[in-house]
Amino acid sequence: MSAPSTPLALFWADFRENRVALAALAMVALIALAAIFAPLIAPQNPYDLATLSLMDARRPPGFVGSGGYVHLLGTDPQGRDLVSAILYGLRISIQIGVAAGAVALTLGATLGVAAAYLGGRLEALIMRAVDLQLSFPPILLALVLSALLGQGRLQLIAALVAAQYAYFARTAYGAASAERRKDYVEAALATPLSGRRVVFRHLLPNCAPPLIVVATVQIANAISLEATLSFLGLGLPVNEPSLGMLIANGFPYMMSGRSWISVYPGVALIVLIVAINLVGDQVRDQFNPRLRR
Amino acid sequence: MSEAFLSVEAVSKTFAPRLSLGERIAAALGAPPAKRPLQAVREVSLEIRRGETLGLVGESGCGKSTLGRMIAGIAAPSAGAVSLDGDPVMRGGRKATTRVQTVFQDPFASLDPRMKVGDAIAEGPVAHGLVAKPQARAYVAGWLDRCGLDPAMADRWPHQFSGGQRQRVAIARALAMQPDLLVCDEPVASLDVSIQAQILNLLMDLRRDLGLTCLFVSHDISIVRHVSDRVAVMYLGRIVELGPAASVLARPAHPYSLGLLESAPRLSLDGRSTFRPIPGDVPSPLAPPPGCAFAPRCSLAQDACRAAPPPLSEVAPERFSACLRADVLTGRPPGQASHMSGA
Repeated sequence: MSAPSTPLALFWADFRENRVALAALAMVALIALAAIFAPLIAPQNPYDLATLSLMDARRPPGFVGSGGYVHLLGTDPQGRDLVSAILYGLRISIQIGVAAGAVALTLGATLGVAAAYLGGRLEALIMRAVDLQLSFPPILLALVLSALLGQGRLQLIAALVAAQYAYFARTAYGAASAERRKDYVEAALATPLSGRRVVFRHLLPNCAPPLIVVATVQIANAISLEATLSFLGLGLPVNEPSLGMLIANGFPYMMSGRSWISVYPGVALIVLIVAINLVGDQVRDQFNPRLRR
Repeated sequence: MSEAFLSVEAVSKTFAPRLSLGERIAAALGAPPAKRPLQAVREVSLEIRRGETLGLVGESGCGKSTLGRMIAGIAAPSAGAVSLDGDPVMRGGRKATTRVQTVFQDPFASLDPRMKVGDAIAEGPVAHGLVAKPQARAYVAGWLDRCGLDPAMADRWPHQFSGGQRQRVAIARALAMQPDLLVCDEPVASLDVSIQAQILNLLMDLRRDLGLTCLFVSHDISIVRHVSDRVAVMYLGRIVELGPAASVLARPAHPYSLGLLESAPRLSLDGRSTFRPIPGDVPSPLAPPPGCAFAPRCSLAQDACRAAPPPLSEVAPERFSACLRADVLTGRPPGQASHMSGA
């Protein structure tokens, strides 16, 4: 093996040295795999009402239900197996978080880079709108929008994108206006190369590091926002339980000795968000030139 | 003149101040402007002849880089026009020709850190159809070789190169566009002295072999003397002297050129330093003096000098000076310039 030379190989070599971040990355990968393959792993399909029995509702961990298998984490008030519900809930949470993050990243990066590259009135218009939006808490915006748009995955993603694109726009604008002034952009324009080429081949790749950092954090934020909205009953329909809704379902029983219904979905949510944030922290540290060795 | 290859006609560059909203409202209400526009280049006319190297010297802030950037088609002039062989270098605020290419000062900033150097060199020629994509690798290898680099280095990233190697890559990238005019903006100023000579010699060899015309912008007189056929001396946005390098640098016809020559540190055999700085400071380009910009620092200045900026006029064959008292200087060898001290 020769010494790593591509930027990606160098990045990975540095990343590997942080054990905590490596463990967090493994955890994220494990959760993501479990979520993707949930239909194969989960003992029960919690969406299939025919497999649910109210006789099995609110049973403690270890209970053997009418399906003839052990409910490792117990069951919820509808008689859903919690392991299955958590796996399917993670599936929805990750889908929505990643989809909202990707759309918000694309939209925000486009607006931010366009503002920095084109300048003038467009820059003022875009960035003032972004500033205005950043002055509202994202949860408020997401709440109002999901109340207006109604329930459903696309509506929820739209509400999350609207709440989060401004962070990407701000970051992309800051990075792009710094890169825009560098000689290599000037050299590309002086060749001359087309504006599209300069933006996509030179400007955007150099704005990627801060955007990747914001993206990891914002995916975690989107997941927790989604959980909050679902907890409040604004996110997804009741027959598609996400983690937030599972927590909400168990909430009335917290004080009556049946805490597992809320606690285990909550633990799954926390582990996922903490792991994504740990990965994000390491990525941020590695992109920070002042912390580089 | 028919021999003009690149011609610069009455070019000016003004940088407008960025006003805040409050300042704009104040200005609209009739308040006197708090910030004035900065005129970096003032009505400069110049021509570069086919095949020659024109050196452009001056202190930092004199506008030489801005003029170089306008000639290179990077910055659009506020007034006037730059044309190459009769065709404008810029049209509608965008560069309109590939025949002018630039080598930038800092090779650590002028190469995209996220593009392999081979791709960076091939990008322009492929985009403009100078070479077909399948032949690009061989084409790049050829230019790397000509610039003294191993063709196998095409697959490396900029961070894997030293400063001198990077500048060679930047030169290869500019030359791969097959330019007629190469603008070199302080191409060795950010390199180690030990590397400077290598890069200068490379540039001179390539210029001769390829029959290039060059504009060489530098603050270093000894480098300009080494590479230039003619030199233009700039002071506060204007060209104050223009002529063949050897004669201008031996017998300057403008007191500023003389001052610049005498303030350049030199070593002499008897161990005495001949360093002699110009008294005073460069006036602010935001508030230039009404007449000759050098008059406040010049011991030859008369009342006429302070009335209006003197035009660049021919004081001897091929020699141009923007000094009303150039006759006092011509014919007098440098080093006897006792009139410069004091002021």
